[in-house]
Amino acid sequence: MTNPSTLFDKLWERHVVVPETEESPAVLYIDLHLIHEVTSPQAFSVLKERGLKVRRPDLTIGVADHSTPTLPVDENGDLPYGSPEAKAQVEALGENCAVNGIELFGMGDPRRGIVHVVGPELGLTQPGKTIVCGDSHTSTHGAFGALAFGIGTTEVGHVLATQCVFQRKPKAMRVTFEGALAPGVGAKDMALAMIAKIGADGGQGCAIEYAGDAVRGLSMEGRMTLCNMSIEAGARSGMIAPDETTFAWLAACERAPSGDAWAKAVEDWRTLVSDEGAAFDKEVMIDASQISPMITYGVSPDAAAAVDAAMPAPGNESENKAVAYMDFKPGDAFTDQAVDRVFIGSCTNSRLSDLRTAAEVLRGRKVKDGLTALVVPGSEAVRRAAEAEGLDEIFKAAGAEWREPGCSMCIAMNGDKGAPGDLVVSTSNRNFIGRQGKDVRTVLASPATAAASAVTGKISDPRPFLETLEAQGK
Amino acid sequence: MSFEPFRAFTSKTIVLREENIDTDQIIPARFLTTTSRAGLGRGAFYDWRYDDAGNLRNESPLSLAEQGDHAILVAGGNFGCGSSREHAPWALLELGFKAVISSDIADIFKSNALKNGLLPVEVDAQTHQFLLNNAGVGVAIDLEAQSVAVGEDRTTEFRVEPFARRCLLDGVDPLGALLKHTGAIETYEAARS
Repeated sequence: MTNPSTLFDKLWERHVVVPETEESPAVLYIDLHLIHEVTSPQAFSVLKERGLKVRRPDLTIGVADHSTPTLPVDENGDLPYGSPEAKAQVEALGENCAVNGIELFGMGDPRRGIVHVVGPELGLTQPGKTIVCGDSHTSTHGAFGALAFGIGTTEVGHVLATQCVFQRKPKAMRVTFEGALAPGVGAKDMALAMIAKIGADGGQGCAIEYAGDAVRGLSMEGRMTLCNMSIEAGARSGMIAPDETTFAWLAACERAPSGDAWAKAVEDWRTLVSDEGAAFDKEVMIDASQISPMITYGVSPDAAAAVDAAMPAPGNESENKAVAYMDFKPGDAFTDQAVDRVFIGSCTNSRLSDLRTAAEVLRGRKVKDGLTALVVPGSEAVRRAAEAEGLDEIFKAAGAEWREPGCSMCIAMNGDKGAPGDLVVSTSNRNFIGRQGKDVRTVLASPATAAASAVTGKISDPRPFLETLEAQGK
Repeated sequence: MSFEPFRAFTSKTIVLREENIDTDQIIPARFLTTTSRAGLGRGAFYDWRYDDAGNLRNESPLSLAEQGDHAILVAGGNFGCGSSREHAPWALLELGFKAVISSDIADIFKSNALKNGLLPVEVDAQTHQFLLNNAGVGVAIDLEAQSVAVGEDRTTEFRVEPFARRCLLDGVDPLGALLKHTGAIETYEAARS
């Protein structure tokens, strides 16, 4: 009898081309390579210098998302790029894809969006696949029971040339969320609660599997949010065993298997679970019922606490620096902090259910005077679906801006950013110093918390807003 | 393709005591709108090195970086966390660093650094603390022996993934090694189709 295996073991074993030895890492085969404009051009240059071809253009997809404008074409019909360099980068992606026969979702393509939103919604992301991208939030795709991780540009070149990467097998870690989430609490709160518990390096060297009732109860979109934030705990990948929720999502996707291939695929996908008794190198248990809506108060994602708590006293030099940067006084309630800007978007929280939640909070309400709220859908498909439901009208009526899809203010390299000193409540994934603009102070939160904060103009607990809706029978 | 083999060297340290120094600090995203890897040194730790008027902050320990004799960066734990941008090691190399020492270095940064000849060195807590408290000290790094010597009487070992170490010592690019597995890759693809 074979030893019980983890989901991660099974995904790993299926893709080993050459096993790991003491001298050499394993050669691991990659089923789907996603590329974007920021981390791929230098890799194509290396291929060109060395006279190498893209081995499997059919397993490679190009998507423009990081440097792309979120405002529509101007009166001259030109896209308002943040800089000529940004435009050149997007054009270089187009050229590299054209020359190498790689399918591209470029500007104007109805399938374009943030790479980690596009893959799953087309059904390119599937259980059992290995997926890489020159982007650390590639962990998102693990929500489908895939082994997905971010790589650097040199490795992008390796995958382009060989469809493989050299990898040492990471350790296996399981994070189990027991019990059920309280009303008003979601996947983003789970992710922040976990990172607060294990630290920004708590998952370093590990592949995380998320398990437990609260994880099973999440929609695919919630699962993507949770897996997305794995890297903020230092883990390159996060994954969830596929189940009926996964299959139901994929059944509606144009690039998922169909007909006989579908039944065969589902049969195989059902085996992608951690066996009873499988051993993990590290186990973490979290009581999901005790999680509150979470926010961050520092400059690392592990500086996270319940929204209704108060600023803790700093414990070391780094925390002193964080307190000084955030300008929160120890002992002050987070909900007393005035907010200048709200960003709802990013590969963490820009999918339809995220926008629906934000819209429910904003419906019939107004964004606080003087506050700027930006809503950026994750993809063209999300935008179309949101507009079909009238969500864009709710946002606009509330005084929020409704933009074109892209990474936008999460990485702030397309011109969308805060002003120095701004306090931004953001549904993105990183509260690093200057991440959303020079001297911008970022507070990470769920879409519900971000929308509630937009209404009150202070960091706000979303639960009263959601309770009102419940009382109205919605 | 080959690189300059990585040789043992001695240099002074620059110390950044902060924990969790992320890649957005090392190279802010606004410098990433480039299709080249050259020229990133200017953006390295830009907001730490330059004030709002664009003048070099002399009070920053990083102001010593371009002098050539401070090629070792000592930093707080979880150095290089955040995004996968390889622009981070490219920028540090161009600024003049040859090694980064910390108690722990984030996975993707470590992997990227090794592929570019910027040596990530993870040391024990005691040595780390000593280095954090003694900015400017001379440190000898020997990758062959995997040892770090601080002054006369303090030597500690570190570990680098064996394959990456071999590539650095021999000045060999891993892509060449990967391409040698083309036969196995073809067999794998044939078995799956």
